[in-house]
This record gives sequence, structure tokens and C-alpha cells, in this order.
Amino acid sequence: MRRRFQSITNKLPAIISMGILLALWHFLCITKVVPDFMLPSPKAVAIAFYEDLDLILEHAGVTLTEAFYGLLIGILFAFVIATVMERWNVMYQAFYPIMIVTQTIPTIAIAPLLVLWMGFGMEPKVTLVAITTFFPVAVGLLDGYKSVDCDYIHLMRSMGASRYRIFVNVKLPGALPHFFSGLKVSTSYAVVGAVISEWLGGFEGLGVYMTRVKKAYAFDRMFAVILFIVVISLLLMLLVNLMKTICMPWIRMEKRREK
Amino acid sequence: MIVLKAENITKAYDGVKVIHNINMHLKKGEIVSLLGVSGVGKTTLFHILSGLFEPDEGRVMLNGEDITGKSGKISYMQQKDLLLPHKKIIDNVSMPCVIKGMKKKEARKKVELLFRQFGLEGCEYKYPSQLSGGMRQRAAFLRTYVSSNGVALLDEPFSALDTLTKSSMHKWYLNMMDQIEMGTLFITHDIHEAIHLSDRIYVLGGKPGIIKGEICIEQEKPRKEEFEFSKEYAEYKRQIVDALTAQA
Ligand SMILES: Nc1ncnc2c1ncn2[C@@H]1O[C@H](COP(=O)(O)OP(=O)(O)OP(=O)(O)O)[C@@H](O)[C@H]1O
Ligand SMILES: [Mg+2]
Repeated sequence: MRRRFQSITNKLPAIISMGILLALWHFLCITKVVPDFMLPSPKAVAIAFYEDLDLILEHAGVTLTEAFYGLLIGILFAFVIATVMERWNVMYQAFYPIMIVTQTIPTIAIAPLLVLWMGFGMEPKVTLVAITTFFPVAVGLLDGYKSVDCDYIHLMRSMGASRYRIFVNVKLPGALPHFFSGLKVSTSYAVVGAVISEWLGGFEGLGVYMTRVKKAYAFDRMFAVILFIVVISLLLMLLVNLMKTICMPWIRMEKRREK
Repeated sequence: MIVLKAENITKAYDGVKVIHNINMHLKKGEIVSLLGVSGVGKTTLFHILSGLFEPDEGRVMLNGEDITGKSGKISYMQQKDLLLPHKKIIDNVSMPCVIKGMKKKEARKKVELLFRQFGLEGCEYKYPSQLSGGMRQRAAFLRTYVSSNGVALLDEPFSALDTLTKSSMHKWYLNMMDQIEMGTLFITHDIHEAIHLSDRIYVLGGKPGIIKGEICIEQEKPRKEEFEFSKEYAEYKRQIVDALTAQA
């Protein structure tokens, strides 16, 4: 009971600050400091959201599908490449610079290229999401593998463990916390990546919906969909956290001990 | 009967010699301690004995077989308890069996019975972070025992513990060693611990580290409380201090 109460009081400052922000927004609108067409009031946004809900959900389905497959592919590649790089140092030396260089290419710059190469369907979007989500997960895993205390590896070797067993029993679990930190970043990139690639060409998805309402100067709808994307991203990050607690039950015990 | 033997072991890190020409042995069921100040090369020597590191010169013999540079032959408890944080205690302890090819379930069954004997009942399905330092040490010791075939190396098994826990662990340890047949070589920098627990003591000292003395403690076990205050005890202590401070 006390714990539950504590978890509410912990969130209180965040709730209050968000409330203040909302009130400020409302105040700016009713006093007409900022004209209506530039900044729609919270109420107008809520109404727009409610009216367009069906449409938004439909588009959101497409965007989330792209984000999901892209993220999945990104994670898969990150896992394979990071693991290979960890296993053979030559691979690390060969691939690490390339990985860093690819990161400096802005997403916005490759998106149109992907559309040119792959058309207006899902493929370029999934590809873009995969590219953007790859890096945080790969770096997380690499850091994680490196963070493992070498005395654990000595321990395993002194028990006669094979390389594979050392990987499964020590390196992989040791890398999990870093992996999940990377995954959290990647998850937020995934939705944003999908939306951006939809802006640049496509027939459906939240990005397409955004370009349409923008052309109609429907700022209230624009705001509604932005807030919607924010909420979805937050929910997905929450989901990652949940997955983390399920995959790493021992972390909970460690936290409890620290208290 | 000699089970473990180190012959003329020498090792340098980056050209700096850490230990030089070490000769030592361990008999069946014997408890021998290796005493020396911090940084003298005790852990390095254990890494070599366990086969994790290769010596520059010399060899390590186990039951007459040359095992120099071959790990997985002798069970080795390192300076930290090194329980894997993501595995429950029972799975940490049964890890050596799983590595040798046993199924997880079988391995659990095999070690389950030992928990009681090692004073670890009720900890089987806890995570290491839920245990106190002393209990973790016991679990690490149990794991070492499970993986051993008669010989074990223990690197400062008690030094991370507070004085009270330490002395209760000493009692527990002597009692355990009475029940199980395991030749043990352990590192310590506590003179009292060395005299109290061992049959024989090697004193390591100098730069590079060499064996400066070998002292046999001829006292019946289990040792009585009075031993600590006896003349013999003081004599052993003097011998050790002499060996530690002797010029090369
Ligand atoms: N991997 C290594 N590379 C280079 N030097 C090392 C390495 N390991 C240990 N040394 C050095 O070798 C010397 C002996 O170290 P070692 O860990 O064997 O000492 P120790 O007797 O176990 O000390 P302690 O009682 O503090 O554990 C130290 O000076 C240390 O700095
Ligand atoms: Mg040491």
C-alpha cells in the first residue's frame, strides 16, 4: 500500500508540470496572444482528435506495422552484426568505422532515395526504420558485451566452459541492460522514422495523414496527430520497460536491495 | 601422496617479473595456505596453477599429468564470489555440472542435497543479490566444491567478510573440510587465518615474489580455542613474520 502511494507521489511533480503547461497553452489561446490558426486551443485539438479518430487509427495501423517490421529487422541485424564483431576482433575493426559513418547520414537525406529505389509501398519505410533503429541496438549490445567483467570469463574457463557457453551464460545476459537502453531509443526512432518516410511519399500512414491535413491548413488536426504520435511512442517505451522487467527478473531484486 | 605440484614457475607482465621460480605442492586432502602481502603475485600464481595463464617458465602437474596452460582441470574460486547475477543460486552452483554436459534438471537434483550440508537451505531459488556476503561466499564455495575433483584453489575466500562473519566462516570451513575430502590451497594475508586453518603455510615475498618459507603447523584438528593463546601459536607467528620480513 505504501509502495503504491509512493509511486503516485513520485509522479506528482511530472503531472503538475504537465498540467501547468496545458493551462498555459489554454491561456495563450483564449487571450489570443497567439492567433487561432497558428496555435489551436487544447479544446479544438481534442475535438479534432475525436472527430478524426477512425481515420487516425487506420493510418496508425499502417505506421505501426512499418515501425514494427523495421524495428524487428533492425534488431535482428544489430544482434547478428554486433555478435560477429564481438566474436572476431577483425570484424570489429572492419565494421565499426562504417557503422559510425552511416550514422552521420541524416535520415531525411536517404528517405527520398529509398522511395526512388523501392517505390511508394511499405518497403522503403520498413528499410528506413531498420536503418535508424539498427545503430542504438548494435552499440548497446557492443558496449554490453564489452562491459562484462573478465573475471566471469575466467571463472567459466576454469570450469571448462566452451566459447559458446560463455557467450550464452555470461556475455549475453551481461549485455541485456545495455541492449534494452538501446532498444528504448530505437523504439522511439522507429515511429518517427516511419512517419518521416511516409511524408516523403506514400498513400497511407500517419505521415501521409499529416501532409494531407497540413495542405488543408487544419492545424488542430495536425496537433492532434502529433500528440497521438507522442502518446504512442511513450506507450511503446513503456512496453520496452515491461519487457525488460520480464526478461531480467533479477534486476528487480537488486533494486529492492539498493533501497 | 602429492596431487598438485608447481615446478619452477616464473611469470612476467610486460617484461617485469612478478614471480620467480616457485616450487610448491599439495598433498591429498591437505589444507595449505599461501601467505603474502598485497601485490606480491598470489593471484597471478593461482591463475597459472588453474591454467588460465601460461607461465613463462615451469610447469604445473596434476596427479602426474602436465596441465600447464590447460584450464578446466582444477576448480578455482577467485577473489570475488563471481556468482552470475542472472542465475538463481541453485543454477549458479550446478553450473559446473551443466558445463560437463548434464541436463539442467539433473544438475539441480545433484546439488540440491548439498545445500543443507553447506548451510544454504532456503537459498536455492534466490538470486545472488538477495544473499548476504557470507552466504554468497558459501554459495561460491559450494560451486567450487561441486566442480572439484579433489583439489581446489581459493583466492582470499574470507577477506571480504567482517570479523565476526569471518570467524564463524572459519569454523564452518574447518567443519566442512572435515566432512569433504578436498585438498585446498588458499590465499590469505591474514597470519592468524593461515595458522588457524592450515596444515602447511607457504610464505611468498619479495620482488619478484619467491617462496620465502614453508611452515608446517603440527596441531591436531579441529583446533581448540586455547591454541590461539599457546606458546606454539606464538612461535608459528614469529616464524611467519621472520619469513615475511627476511631479506632475499
Ligand atoms: N593482467 C595483468 N597485467 C599486468 N600486470 C598485472 C596483471 N595482473 C596483475 N598484475 C601485476 O602483478 C602484480 C601481482 O598481482 P597479483 O594480483 O598477482 O597480486 P596479489 O598478490 O594477488 O595481490 P592482492 O593481495 O592485492 O590480491 C601486481 O603488481 C599487479 O599490478
Ligand atoms: Mg590477489
